[in-house]
Amino acid sequence: MNVRVETEETLEVESSNAGRFRLGAFRLLGSWRLAGIGIPFAVLFVVLCVWSAPFHSTTNLINILDQQAATLAIAAAGTLVLVAGGLDLSVGAIYGLTTVVSGNLAEHHSPWIAIGVTLLVGLGVGLVNGAIVAYLKINPLIATLAMSFVIGGVALKVSGGNLIVLSQNSGFYKFANAQFWSIPSAVWIVFVFVVILALVLSRTTFGRYVVASGGNAEAARLAGVRVNQIRIITYALSGLAAGLGGVIDTSRLLSAQANSGGSGLTFLVLAGIVVGGTSIAGGEGSVPRTAIGVLFIALIYNGMYLLNFNVLYQPIVLGVILLAAVGLDVWARKRRG
Amino acid sequence: MSTRNIDEAPRSTAEASGGDLVVTGVSKRYGGVPALSDVSLMITPGTVHALVGENGAGKSTLGKIISGVISPDEGSMSLGGVPLSFRSPREAMAHGIVTIVQELAIVPGLTVAENVYLGVEVSTAGFVRRRESRRQFRELAKKVGFDLSPDWRASTLSIADQQKVEIMRALSRNASIVVMDEPTAALSGNETKALHEIIRSLAREGKSVILISHFLSEVLALADVITTLRDGQLIRTVDAKDATEESLIEGMLGHSLTTAFPEKVVAQDDKDVVLEVEHLQAPGVNDCSFVLHAGEILGVAGLVGAGRSELARAIFRDAKVTGGTVRLKGEELGGHSPSRSIRRGLVFIPESRKEMGLLIGRSVKENISLSRLDLVSRMGWIAGIRERRKVGDLMKTVNVRAASMRMPVSMLSGGNQQKLLFARSVMCSPSVLIADEPTRGVDVGSKRAIYDLLTEMAESGMGVVVISSDLEEVLGLAHRVLVMRHGRIITELSGERINEQAVLAAAFAEPTTEGSVSS
Repeated sequence: MNVRVETEETLEVESSNAGRFRLGAFRLLGSWRLAGIGIPFAVLFVVLCVWSAPFHSTTNLINILDQQAATLAIAAAGTLVLVAGGLDLSVGAIYGLTTVVSGNLAEHHSPWIAIGVTLLVGLGVGLVNGAIVAYLKINPLIATLAMSFVIGGVALKVSGGNLIVLSQNSGFYKFANAQFWSIPSAVWIVFVFVVILALVLSRTTFGRYVVASGGNAEAARLAGVRVNQIRIITYALSGLAAGLGGVIDTSRLLSAQANSGGSGLTFLVLAGIVVGGTSIAGGEGSVPRTAIGVLFIALIYNGMYLLNFNVLYQPIVLGVILLAAVGLDVWARKRRG
Repeated sequence: MSTRNIDEAPRSTAEASGGDLVVTGVSKRYGGVPALSDVSLMITPGTVHALVGENGAGKSTLGKIISGVISPDEGSMSLGGVPLSFRSPREAMAHGIVTIVQELAIVPGLTVAENVYLGVEVSTAGFVRRRESRRQFRELAKKVGFDLSPDWRASTLSIADQQKVEIMRALSRNASIVVMDEPTAALSGNETKALHEIIRSLAREGKSVILISHFLSEVLALADVITTLRDGQLIRTVDAKDATEESLIEGMLGHSLTTAFPEKVVAQDDKDVVLEVEHLQAPGVNDCSFVLHAGEILGVAGLVGAGRSELARAIFRDAKVTGGTVRLKGEELGGHSPSRSIRRGLVFIPESRKEMGLLIGRSVKENISLSRLDLVSRMGWIAGIRERRKVGDLMKTVNVRAASMRMPVSMLSGGNQQKLLFARSVMCSPSVLIADEPTRGVDVGSKRAIYDLLTEMAESGMGVVVISSDLEEVLGLAHRVLVMRHGRIITELSGERINEQAVLAAAFAEPTTEGSVSS
């Protein structure tokens, strides 16, 4: 009896030492993930400041944020979808639909009705996406791809295929263009939205359930997490974010077109999330890192433009960065075993 | 590759039905736990050689070593006097040793003939010569007497027919030794009969069949030689003529007690009934009824595939229930969601903690608090300090040893991972706990700790159901034991009647009689 207890204790000391060492390595890797996007972002920022005088002008920087407002909102919500083990390829189409819906409504109704209804449309389409994926058990890639065609068609029907142009005098224009401390309201709204989603994912029970559903759906279900319900909510949030992006850009640009988002926006959003280090396999991810990822891509595009690179090179550079980001993710996973 | 192997073991040797396969002093350890120690046996051509033993006795391990799936730590093998050492099943196949495993390896989208010749297609310049391969297939099918069309799609076949495809695949590779691991576990009565006939005909043709089976009657009917294993050791090899069901059971029994169990506190029958299962029907569960009292540990024994886990999942409402009722503390438990069952006071610790229990990449803390985050949050916001305090207390209660609660669970030992699942269950303060294989893959020290936990939970007034393939564990812990077979509860044992003999006799009883009783 005595002998057995003794060996057990020695074993425990050994294993806990090894544990401590490996834990240190893990923490490093965890922060390494943030560094993986944070450091390149900082380096790029500094390089552009040195290289290009117009880059670090306040106007240019605010412009970048203003232009990226919709993408940031959609990517923040898309992060939750991905972490929960899903994928939403319909955000570009929802964005297109909501631009024309809000454009149409803003022509004839009060701005608040236009904004409110549009957000509800986004939320509703997201709920439909979620229900299809969760209850019909259709693979999310196929389900949301199919939905993107349907939504795109509906958007064309709503707009009649026309470009909708709004007047600058409407209150609707103020929604995204009012200035606070010389920063447009579009940026403020999206900032608040992104911060809320970041807190939801990292600090709430819902966020925990999102992570659990994507990490191991079976284990989560047996532990009492309503995985289907959680996943549906993430799709609904994604739809809502696409709606928000649609309203903001319609108000910002005073024009709306059914095909304004499309697959280009969808893939840009996905690229931003992945460059931010969120795993496409689900189970882990971070909204702030997604925000950095989206802005990183925006800086590259902006920098290349300012430095007079041929615009044709932009997608090539983006593709290479995407491969590098995913490659790093695979490597980090392997290291961790 | 294949040419070299043929050089090493000349065709003539293998073709002359190999000569004897001799296994000498083979041992295998998994993480320090011996699965097989110093086993030697000889398999002669034209015989059916059966391996019997309890779950975990080492039968499958031995089968896998012979077929090259795993390589032994010690010991050697030879075929017809030529020494063998395999690094892969492919190399074993080149020497005429083929395995038919429990999980069939059929490609559902291909036809029967394509499956049989998968990897060794009859082809010219990369194009499969379909007519030729069909002709070869028909020839082979005629030889073994199978009624299979080469053009049927494999996905449309019954399990028995799929097994036939596997067997034809084995034969098409000129197998001289066929290893079959639980070939009839998934088969119906008629299919079983057909397979038995195939096994006999293989032996008649001078091939050897190594038959691993749980069903003693099947073994006695088919085998020429029977080897009994227990705790990884060879107990004896006897002629089937000299063996009886009783002598085989006796050979599988009587292992040394390796773990001490906590003292059983006698539960009184007059205590409240916390769980009442009546005529429960679900996939794999057939008309099961039992009651569970507060403070009682109920053991569920049976062979792998007897429906024990299915019963647990049906009670937990994780599987579709097609009939019968489950009452938890007198109230009927309906619905079909685990989350509802947990809120009503029923928790379930599933059998494979990595696949069904843990979020393997996440922290100890997140894994423990997952089921009852509502206890440490307000309006959906997690109160960090409260969660850490609660999780810290629980880790102390169940003695999870981790450097930090922020550590990912993948870094914990199996025993600590299992204790973590107990911590999660304790946090739910349930009235009934169902633990499926609570000590699988756990070291001896942690085993004892888990036994203590189960006993303590029962003493605190919970009803505890322990499902285990480790018979010793069921006998050591349970106040009452249910024995399951083919989805039914065959026997209920209590008090003095709980012993290995009784449990094994019920668990190993002949499958065909059972079938005729039920139908």
